[in-house]
Amino acid sequence: MAGKTLYDKLFEQHLVRMNEDGSALIYIDRQVLHEVTSPQAFEGLRIAGRQPWRIDANIATPDHNVPTTERSGGVEEIVDPVSKIQVKTLDENCDDFGILEFKMNDQRQGIVHVMAPEQGAILPGVTAVCGDSHTATLGALGALAHGIGTSEVEHVLATQCLITKKMKNMLVRVDGELGIGVTPKDVILHIIGVIGTAGGTGYAIEFGGDVFRNMTMEGRMTVSNMAIEAGARVGLVAVDQTTIDYVEGRPFAPKGEQWDAAVTAWQDLVSDADAEFDAVVEINAADIEPQVTWGTSPEMVVGVSELVPNPSNEADPVKVDGIERALKYMGLEADQKITDIQLDRVFIGSCTNSRIEDLRDAAKVVEGRKVAGNIIQALVVPGSGLVKEQAEAEGLDKIFTEAGLEWREPGCSMCLAMNPDKLGAGEHCASTSNRNFEGRQGFGGRTHLVSPAMAAAAAIAGHFVDVREMVKA
Amino acid sequence: MKKFNQHSGIAVPLDRANVDTDMIIPKQFLKSIKRSGFGPNLFDELRYLDEGLPDQDCSGRPVNEEFVLNLPRYNGASVLLARENFGCGSSREHAPWALDDYGFRSVIAPSFAEIFYNNCFKNGLLPIVLSEAEVDQLFTEVAANEGYELTIDLERQVVVTPSGAEMSFEIDDFRKHCLQNGLDDIGLTLQHADDIRAYEEKARAASPWLFDAIR
Repeated sequence: MAGKTLYDKLFEQHLVRMNEDGSALIYIDRQVLHEVTSPQAFEGLRIAGRQPWRIDANIATPDHNVPTTERSGGVEEIVDPVSKIQVKTLDENCDDFGILEFKMNDQRQGIVHVMAPEQGAILPGVTAVCGDSHTATLGALGALAHGIGTSEVEHVLATQCLITKKMKNMLVRVDGELGIGVTPKDVILHIIGVIGTAGGTGYAIEFGGDVFRNMTMEGRMTVSNMAIEAGARVGLVAVDQTTIDYVEGRPFAPKGEQWDAAVTAWQDLVSDADAEFDAVVEINAADIEPQVTWGTSPEMVVGVSELVPNPSNEADPVKVDGIERALKYMGLEADQKITDIQLDRVFIGSCTNSRIEDLRDAAKVVEGRKVAGNIIQALVVPGSGLVKEQAEAEGLDKIFTEAGLEWREPGCSMCLAMNPDKLGAGEHCASTSNRNFEGRQGFGGRTHLVSPAMAAAAAIAGHFVDVREMVKA
Repeated sequence: MKKFNQHSGIAVPLDRANVDTDMIIPKQFLKSIKRSGFGPNLFDELRYLDEGLPDQDCSGRPVNEEFVLNLPRYNGASVLLARENFGCGSSREHAPWALDDYGFRSVIAPSFAEIFYNNCFKNGLLPIVLSEAEVDQLFTEVAANEGYELTIDLERQVVVTPSGAEMSFEIDDFRKHCLQNGLDDIGLTLQHADDIRAYEEKARAASPWLFDAIR
């Protein structure tokens, strides 16, 4: 019999029961809550007169709606009245039910997928859910983690379980060595370009091979984060010493004897050598160059040295229609050089790229340089209060502000523009976020997804440039 | 939850692939703390010519006359015909809430994104997967016939066209049962509370660090 994949192991370890119809009830160790997808779940509990099954499995923080400008006045001073109600509602719900929440001005507040691993709330081998599709991020720790809808948030609050079906297994292997200036963001964008935005639907992806083994936890989180942009709810990386070193000493991580027992248990959180995957995708690291999305789906991506695609080179009529529609929305011409795309704003942040290493990468590029005159705004939004503190201790904030970028308070910010940070209609943005959908960063806004280094280089040049040229110079 | 057994209604074709949840319900409307009232903002950026704001009266807004939901022939449509990978992107359940609030009972497409697909079932909205060829056929027929209605029979798992032709679809037994009876999953899962407690006891012994840590 073939061995088991990491996903198989995590699934089996958490199986409470198989239902007669083939659906499975799995136990959820951790739920992370934020203000957008939880209010209706708490309301549902109240209406039904139910209590959370386990308080200590939940952790909450507001992130989507919080302003990232000076906010010492607290929740009462959030200008948008609807955002204010949502943040206050989370505070009230967590207070009422006794759930631990890092409130807006707590230093531990941050984007859910940055805060939770940073606190050790997510550990290798756990099952974790959140009402947010980028929960896939947490798979980087060898945790079975995925996004769920609000009804499921309520279901997990009430039962500590989720009704689910076993996914298929996909291995995405990237072997070899990445070139200078090629980052984890470029790796995942390239992967999405290869397998497509629905290529991973129905699968749990495991990222394997040299490139991920040699990647830091921050980098792995960037990669797992965007598994969902390839259609896969789950993006796993096997546990190794890098994972264990990352977790050790974090506030909610086990200590003492329990730490030793946990580390022993975590050694098994890898796919067996003879495990069989339903699909395998192999990519050579040397083929990956810095990536830029040109269209309105993350799969619409090319290397920085390439051209905007021409629909006449495409045979499939649905694809032709998609390319034509995207070119029109993005205001681009077929066969245009990527490096000729002029930019209006730059956004460095989001659950994909707002961790300390991302900020270091960006700072390295802008240090001693100035943001180009045509850039209306260049934002740097750290992923959490603790990331912000660390960056300031390293002097990164000064590097950014001296170069003409704005240094902000932590939150989701312009990734989805639920707070006041947004694009104007027709504006092009070099963004380190995860979705370039129409209107995502603001009504009529045009998003280009890139790595932090590429975004920083674009801020300096005013248009896309190959960051490898700047690193050399 | 609303029950779903049999439904007949006008079908409206939305002819684009990879319709994402930002398109179905843009983020500014996610600030509501309610489950209802999202219908007027369904497909907001496609439906209207201006930028929509939360809590706004949509009746006076300039509409995009070319958008399919605004064509008079599709007034009162309750079956959405869509293309591949419908509902991709975020996990927002506001997407099925908005479709439901608008009056849709079913979405038919060659494929769906998983989280969206799951979310539909929690809200009495039936997502139906048909083959590309069948979906193509429906797109052609709906374009050619004003007032084109489809009948969905969940018990028999078929979509019936006006000519009486039937296209069958797959659905999990559990989901079918819940939809037909309007059942709330939480109540069903709590029937297995003893299994959950037994699991927890084992887990606590094996991995005590997973309990009582977050306070």
